[in-house]
Amino acid sequence: MTGSDWDAVADVASALFLLGGAFFVLAAGVGALRFPDLLSRMHAGTKPQTLGLILVLIGLGLRLRSGGAVWALVLVVVLGLLTAPVGAHMVGRAGYRTGKVRSDLLVTDELTRDLESAQRRDEA
Amino acid sequence: MTWVVWSAGVLIALGALFAVIRAEKGPSMLDRTVALDICVTAVIAAVALYAASDRRTDVVPVLVVLSLVGFVGSVTIARFASVEPEGQGRVRTREEIAAEEAARRQAELDEMREGHVPDEHHGGGAEGEVR
Repeated sequence: MTGSDWDAVADVASALFLLGGAFFVLAAGVGALRFPDLLSRMHAGTKPQTLGLILVLIGLGLRLRSGGAVWALVLVVVLGLLTAPVGAHMVGRAGYRTGKVRSDLLVTDELTRDLESAQRRDEA
Repeated sequence: MTWVVWSAGVLIALGALFAVIRAEKGPSMLDRTVALDICVTAVIAAVALYAASDRRTDVVPVLVVLSLVGFVGSVTIARFASVEPEGQGRVRTREEIAAEEAARRQAELDEMREGHVPDEHHGGGAEGEVR
């Protein structure tokens, strides 16, 4: 295979990654619109969104194929992976403390259980 | 490449549109924060798509900046989230805002008519001032 063949392969792979990433951005939007409560919307805004971002940036990197740009894209991916959990944690904590978590939709609620047991222990 | 760019662009635009609808519906400030976070990601994806279609490396710093700005926004709002009074979760209509505004003005006028100047308008002494 010659150099131009590899360029074509990279372009096709980049197109696939871009389409996949765009699909996950759409999935994040649909999840934010359709899910019933704050925590599930936060899930849609954290996981599919980050995966979609990573796929789009991989697609962009395959298309640009120049050292400096690709390292900047790696930086964006690392920042996304670092900041998404922090943002989700802050939103979830604020939501729990201001009573926006619907406990009827939760499978398990370990935080409430632990807080109550801690309170009982402090009172005893 | 053209139809790839168009179809990916349509998917991203739909995702951003759904997020905007969620931001409008609320019901709480945190739901809106999450929705706007998704919007920022959609913008990042759109800029990346543009860079990919035109092979432009010079817009890559924009992606770095956008990813940081979106994070700071959502964390700041989550930090200052508080218990919202009932009914505050929706966007008020023009008439409701006008009615509230009129009630506030009326209260101010009543106070002035009684010849009572509100304390904060005196511009009183600074806190911890040496007298």
